Amino acid sequence: MSLINFFLRHQGEIAEATLEHIWLVGAAMLLAIAIGVPLGVIVTRKPWLSKPILGSANIAETIPSLALFGFLLPVPWLGDRADRLAITALTLYALLPIIRNTAAGIAGVDPAVREAARGMGMTQRQILFQVELPLSLSTVLAGVRVATVLTIGIATIAAAVGAGGLGEFIFRGLAMVNDQLILAGAIPAAILALGADFILSVFERRLRPAR
Amino acid sequence: MKAETQPDPAREPAIEFRHASYRLPDGRELLRDVNLTVGRGETLVLLGRSGAGKTTALKLINRLLDPSAGEVRVEGRSTLAWDPIALRRHVGYVIQETGLFPHFTVEQNISLVPRLERWPEERTRARVQELLALVGLDHAEFLKRYPHQLSGGQRQRVGVARALAADPPILLMDEPFGELDPLTRDEVQGEFQALQKRLGKTIVIVTHHVDEALLLATRIGLMDAGRLAASYSPKEFRAATDPVAAAYVAHIRMHEKSREDE
Repeated sequence: MSLINFFLRHQGEIAEATLEHIWLVGAAMLLAIAIGVPLGVIVTRKPWLSKPILGSANIAETIPSLALFGFLLPVPWLGDRADRLAITALTLYALLPIIRNTAAGIAGVDPAVREAARGMGMTQRQILFQVELPLSLSTVLAGVRVATVLTIGIATIAAAVGAGGLGEFIFRGLAMVNDQLILAGAIPAAILALGADFILSVFERRLRPAR
Repeated sequence: MKAETQPDPAREPAIEFRHASYRLPDGRELLRDVNLTVGRGETLVLLGRSGAGKTTALKLINRLLDPSAGEVRVEGRSTLAWDPIALRRHVGYVIQETGLFPHFTVEQNISLVPRLERWPEERTRARVQELLALVGLDHAEFLKRYPHQLSGGQRQRVGVARALAADPPILLMDEPFGELDPLTRDEVQGEFQALQKRLGKTIVIVTHHVDEALLLATRIGLMDAGRLAASYSPKEFRAATDPVAAAYVAHIRMHEKSREDE
């Protein structure tokens, strides 16, 4: 009961923090898609680049998130603004699933279909944009979904460097040993994650090529 | 030997293999020293077991593969001198039914090459309609369907229509009727035979079905272990004495006999 009252009393603040959270995650995801999909394509085209690209993305993934925010703090342009820094860190986390799924999606295209495309006289570029990418869309989107859920969770830590978002409540709640405050951050973050997961999985199913 | 000055395409054979070989990067030789001429309007059927090099030979024609020795000439020009994209749009290609684009409708599949060639929309639409009629599919019913909504025989017809879209003078077919059940197969083969007479294209078909070879071929190229073992007219083939051809003929006889017995 008291929790509901607490939420109602602070709804303005919670809504604001939620919007900040969405902005951090949304910006990071757009960047990660813009970088990750082309890198995924390169992985399938230039096998010798696949190890370095996937390796680096893997390493970024293993750095503890709080430490990554800390590492980026002294970087000149990035450290100037907290949201800039947070978005960069979140982008790095989101890259691996997107790169990996893009590469897997393209590798999973039926070789007969690719061969037919070549045999019809399509250029490499036409094959990529008209055949391979459309056919791997649902796999790419599955990677985006995993990455989104992941970054919604990690974005709570962005509050540690002052980037705002729902993590604000969690850190404040921890400092003040106030469960209600912690939940005011954690519950909306969980709802966001579940909601994003659901919406993206609907798209993913729609885009899955029929067999 | 004739000098290589300005070949007149109209007088050149449609396709010519000159000592063509193909070797994999690991050194295995899939095709060895093949010499073969396909005249305009001829239907050559490459017949042989799996792994005899039939498909490799076919892919040398539209430059999906480059010969590692010798050359393949299309309309008097070495495939290496052709721009591969231009060559492939000049040569229709039908592969086993899996080659249709699953995310394209029948219409989009058939109109692919015209769209790549930037035909005006009206002309493309008219051509699709014409082709569907040609392969015996109802325009209104099939235009908007996806490949997974078609039967095997229908997919095969769409595949043929797609390959014919830009009216290429040469048509390559790799096991075109391979995955059809025997009755549908007979039906589609029969239709294709009628089509072949009407269109007068140069056609190369790869198959391991000897009855298909005898039905459709004006010439049969018998392939064995990467070599062209022999080349026959269908009539000569039935009388041939070399062991591979004789084995195929014995196989037909056996089938014909068992059919008579029934």
